[in-house]
Amino acid sequence: MISFTLFNYWAVIVLMMVGFYTLISRDNLVKKLIGLNIFQTSVIMMYVSIGKITGGTAPILMESGDHGGEVAVDAGHAAVEVLYSNPIPHVLMLTAIVVGVATLALGLSLVVRINEAYGTIEEDEIARKDNAR
Amino acid sequence: MTETMVQLVDVVLLVLLAITGIAVIRTRNLFVAVMLAGIYSLLSAGLFVVMDAVDVAFTEAAVGAGISTVLMLGTLALVGYKESAPTHKPILPLFVVLVTGGILVYGTAEIPPFGGADNPAHKHVAAHYIHDSEEEIGHIPNVVTSVLGSYRGYDTMGETAVIFTAMVGVLLLLSRGPLPKRIFHAGQWHTVKAGTTREDMVAKFGGDAGPDETVKDGPARTEGGADG
Repeated sequence: MISFTLFNYWAVIVLMMVGFYTLISRDNLVKKLIGLNIFQTSVIMMYVSIGKITGGTAPILMESGDHGGEVAVDAGHAAVEVLYSNPIPHVLMLTAIVVGVATLALGLSLVVRINEAYGTIEEDEIARKDNAR
Repeated sequence: MTETMVQLVDVVLLVLLAITGIAVIRTRNLFVAVMLAGIYSLLSAGLFVVMDAVDVAFTEAAVGAGISTVLMLGTLALVGYKESAPTHKPILPLFVVLVTGGILVYGTAEIPPFGGADNPAHKHVAAHYIHDSEEEIGHIPNVVTSVLGSYRGYDTMGETAVIFTAMVGVLLLLSRGPLPKRIFHAGQWHTVKAGTTREDMVAKFGGDAGPDETVKDGPARTEGGADG
């Protein structure tokens, strides 16, 4: 099997650059927003990759809930033996996803507004109309 | 599931993601692009499951593949789905992207190996959360929930503030009526409500119109000159 020490990061960088290219090379504003979304998702993948531990499992504790006070120490001990992936990147990226969709909604409403004002969502045509005015 | 299997799924998903991304660049039909973006989100949700981020995965599947796609489809219904052919050569963006990607790949040389249990990222508070959150927060098995709701509760509150701001912005942008027009009447430009014709202006102000009247669509500009 290939060495996986850095493959994940490189693949994520490729995806990031695909999004970046869409963002800077296309004139269509909706396409730009899709590119921005791809870029953002790849950043999320980067963080989640950092949180992954090989052989680990999702950070949901195996033993929980119904045990009383005196077994709680045991449960805490059991939690050491199961290997959990790092929950912090997951928390941060949950926030990022939701903020990302809020940004997308705002961007799309700007696109709708620009389309009403200029009759087009192609950036070069908008620039042309602005200059001709 | 063995680790080799996990790695295989990981690689397959990443390759599929790259193919989907390149297809998004190549298509000129925005409807297709939006659908591909939805597929991209769903694939990335699968990747998050492989990387143990189950909470991120279902949020991405619901929000990224669901709500984002609906929002974009709603936009396409208003703006149309045709994308015009690119007008300039892709050399410069390609150059920028390759240089940026090269620098980022160069930067990964110092990154700790993927999946290492001794990586610095796992050394700080993460161990504390996994160890003690069950007792400190009160028997919530999902550590992500404990951190999101309690340890980093202010973070979540800030997120809510951001969403509220974005919602206010969307409502302000979309709840306005049609944009005002500019009408040339009696020697000067007037900014009037959408739907006003020159005849309305004459009826309102009386008198004769200027030599040539023009009704312009588009954003009214307060500083704009009178020449069209």
